[in-house]
Amino acid sequence: MNKKKSGSPLVNAIGTQKLVILAVLIVLFAAFSILSASFRSYSTIITILSYSYYITFMAIGATFALITGGVDLSLGTGMICYGMIGGYLVIEQGMPVGVGMLVTVLVAVLFGLFNGTLIAVFDIPPFIATLATMMITRGIGSVVVGGMSVTWPQAASAQGWFRSLFRTQINGVMIPTGFLWVLLSVIIMTFILNKTKLGRYIIAIGSNKEATRLSGVKVVKYHIAAYAITGFFTGLAALAYAATFQELSPGTGGGLELDAIGSAIIGGTSTAGGVGSIAGTLIGVFIMSMLKTGLPFVGLQANWQQIITGIILLGAVGIDVMKNKR
Amino acid sequence: MGEVILTMKGIDKSFPGVHALDHVDFEVRKGEVHALMGENGAGKSTLMKILTGIYSKDSGSIVYEGKEVSFTSPRDAQDAGIVIVHQELNMVNHLTVAQNIFIGREPMKGIRIDDAKMVRDSRALFDMLGIDIDPRDKMSTLTVGKQQMCEIAKAISHNAKLVVFDEPSAALTETEIEQLFKIIRDLKSKDMGIVYISHRMDEIKVITDRVTVMRDGTYAGTLITKDCTKDDIIKMMVGRTIYEDPKTKSMVPPDAPVVLKVENLNAGKMVQNVSFELHKGEILGFSGLMGAGRTETMRALFGADPKTSGDIWINGQKAEIRTPQDAVRLGIGYLSEDRKQFGIVLQKTIAENTTLATLPEFMKGIFINRKMENAAAQKYVDSLKTKTPGIDQLVVNLSGGNQQKVVIAKWLCRNCDILIFDEPTRGIDVGAKNEIYHLMNQLAAEGKSIIMISSEMTEILRMSDRIIVMCEGRKTGEIAIEDATQETIMQAATMQE
Repeated sequence: MNKKKSGSPLVNAIGTQKLVILAVLIVLFAAFSILSASFRSYSTIITILSYSYYITFMAIGATFALITGGVDLSLGTGMICYGMIGGYLVIEQGMPVGVGMLVTVLVAVLFGLFNGTLIAVFDIPPFIATLATMMITRGIGSVVVGGMSVTWPQAASAQGWFRSLFRTQINGVMIPTGFLWVLLSVIIMTFILNKTKLGRYIIAIGSNKEATRLSGVKVVKYHIAAYAITGFFTGLAALAYAATFQELSPGTGGGLELDAIGSAIIGGTSTAGGVGSIAGTLIGVFIMSMLKTGLPFVGLQANWQQIITGIILLGAVGIDVMKNKR
Repeated sequence: MGEVILTMKGIDKSFPGVHALDHVDFEVRKGEVHALMGENGAGKSTLMKILTGIYSKDSGSIVYEGKEVSFTSPRDAQDAGIVIVHQELNMVNHLTVAQNIFIGREPMKGIRIDDAKMVRDSRALFDMLGIDIDPRDKMSTLTVGKQQMCEIAKAISHNAKLVVFDEPSAALTETEIEQLFKIIRDLKSKDMGIVYISHRMDEIKVITDRVTVMRDGTYAGTLITKDCTKDDIIKMMVGRTIYEDPKTKSMVPPDAPVVLKVENLNAGKMVQNVSFELHKGEILGFSGLMGAGRTETMRALFGADPKTSGDIWINGQKAEIRTPQDAVRLGIGYLSEDRKQFGIVLQKTIAENTTLATLPEFMKGIFINRKMENAAAQKYVDSLKTKTPGIDQLVVNLSGGNQQKVVIAKWLCRNCDILIFDEPTRGIDVGAKNEIYHLMNQLAAEGKSIIMISSEMTEILRMSDRIIVMCEGRKTGEIAIEDATQETIMQAATMQE
C-alpha cells in the first residue's frame, strides 16, 4: 500500500480495485447486451434490480461485520426468520402491514445486538457466534409461525401497498422503486462510515482494536453497534425479499449470506478488517445479479453464475493481495 | 531541573506467583529527563503501567503535582497530563495520521467529523515539533520511525506534563534518533517531566539527567547521569547476589570437533553478519537483552524464517537449510521459547507428542504401531525422569518442567545431535529448573551439542561453556566462561556500534 499520490486523482479517490470491478460490471453488461437482444430490454433491467435488493441490503450488513474484522453467517437464515415473523403477524394475527414491517426490522436489530454482545462482550469469535445465531434463526422462524410457509399480502390485496415500495406499475410501466431505497442506503451508510464517529471507530476497531481501546474509545459499544447495523440491514433485506418473492419457507435462507459476503469482498472489503466501501459492495452485488440474470440469456445455465462469480471473487481478492505485496 | 512533579513511594505489586514490584521509589522533576533502567523483568514496565492506570498497585503512594492520585485507566492518567509513548506502536493502520492523532476526541461539525480541522491541528502540532509528515497520509504508508513521531505527537497533544518513553529508539534509525532527541530536549525546555526507558547506555549518557535503576522488582538506586560512568550503572543493574554458582571452566575438551559452523548469517534487521561455531558436547550460551536478535538468528538458522545470506556447515559439510524440515533432517532440533504455541500439542498424550516428529518410523503400513510408540515414549519418560502417572497422560496436565521434558524427548527421539534451547526454563519453577539444567548437562556429556538462548544472566553463567552476546542483531561479544562475569556480558549486551 505504498502508493504515493501518483496517477490520476480520480483513480486514487475511487481505488484501483473498485475501478477494475466497475469495469468488469460494464463489460459484462455490454457483453450480454451484444450477445442477446432480449437481454438489453427494460424488463430485464427491472428483473436484475428486483432480484438484487435483498442481496444488496444483506451485503451492506455483511460489509459492516467484515470491516470490524468479523463476519456474520446468520444473514441468510436470519433474513428469512425475521421476514416470517413479521409476515405471520400480518397474515395470521391480522396486524397492519406497517406493524409487521416494523417488527421484522426490530427483531433483526435485536439479533444483531445479540451477535454484537456475544462477540464484543463475551469475546466469542464472530464465526462461532454468528454460526450459532444462524442455526437459532433457522429454527426460530418456523417455531414461531408453526412450521408453515409465510406469504406477505399480495400486490392486489388491500395491504399489498408494501410491495410497491420495491416495484410498482404506473400506466403499465414498471418502476423499480426499491432502487431508491438502495441508493439512499448506500449514500447514508457511506456518509456514516466515512464521516461520523460511529463509522470511524468501526473501521478503527477492525484495524487495531487494542490501539483504539487505548485511545479511550468505548470499543465494546461501537463493536456491538456495528453488528446492530448489520442486523438492521438484514431486516431491510427481509422486507425486500418478502416483497419480491412469493413465500418465505421455514429452514431456508442458508447460503444466501455467502452471496452477500462474496459481494462485499468483490467490492473491496477486506476480511481482515479495517477496509470496506459501501459503493464497492453495491457494484459487487450487481456483478452477481447480472450474472445470475444474464447467463441464461446467452444460453448458459444459471449454475455457470456460481462458477464465474467464484472466479471473479478470486480475481478481485487477487488484485488486492498483489497490491499489498508490492 | 525544576520542582518535583511526580513521586512514587513504596510501590508494591504482586501477580500470582510473582512479586513484581517490592516497595519501589521513583521521582521525576519538571524539565528533567529521568532514565529508568534495569534488566528484562526488573519491573520497569510494571511500574509505568501502575503510573498510567493500566495496573492497580497493591500498596504505596503516587503523588502527582502535589496531590495523591490513583488512576484507574489510561484515559484517567491522560486527562491528568501523564502520557506514555509505547514501545509497540499503537496505531490504527487503516486511518490517516490526523485521524490517528485525534482518535477518541474528534472535533465535530454537527454529526460530521471535522476532518479539515483535524488536519490543520495536526499540522500545527507537527510544525511545533519540527516533524515533516503529511497528516493526510495513511498511517500504514509511513516508516516505523515516522509512526513513532506520530505517536509522540499524539501523546503530547493531550496537554501532557509528564511523558513516558518506553524504549522509543528501538526501531529508529540514527537520524530519527537525533530528531527524537531534539523533540525531547524541546519538551524538556517546556518544563515537562520526561521518563526515558532504554537499554542503550550511550543514549542514556547523551539525553538523560538522572538514572534510576531497578533490579528484580526492587529499587536499586538513583544516580546523576553526568557524575557516573557506564560501569557504575551496569554494576547497579546486575548487583544482585547469585544464588547458583556459575560454571568456572568449560567442560568441552579443546580438541572437540566443530559440529556447526555459521558464517555471516543475515536475515532482516535483527540478524546481521552473525558468525559462530558450536563444538561437540558444548553448551553455547546466547546472551543479550530483549530484542537483541537471538531468537531471530536461531529461526533463520533453523529455516523457520528466510535468510538473506550466510553459510552453514554441519560436521564440516556445507548445509542448505531452507525449511525447518531441512534442519530436522540434518539433526537440528529447536525448542521454542513459546512451548505451548510451537513445541507441543497440549491436548495429546505424552506418547503421541514424543513421536510427533518421527512418526514415519512408528508406522506399520498405514497404521501407527502403538506398541513401538509406547515403548519409545516410556524410554524417554524413564531416562528424562518425566513425572507423570503414565505415557497416556495428556500433556496439558503436566507441569511446565515436565512439558519441557516431553519436548526434549521429541527431539531426542528424532536423533537430533544439535539442540537449540530458546529460553529453556521460562515459566518453569525453581525446582524443575534444576532438573532441566541437569538434563542439559547430561545431554552435553553424552555428546549432544546445545545452543541455549537465555535472558537470565544466572542461567547463562551457570550453564554455558562459552557465551556469545548479541546486541541489536549483531554479535557483540564472544566470552569464554572463564572470563565471563555479569559485568562483561552486560557491557557487550549494551554495546552500540
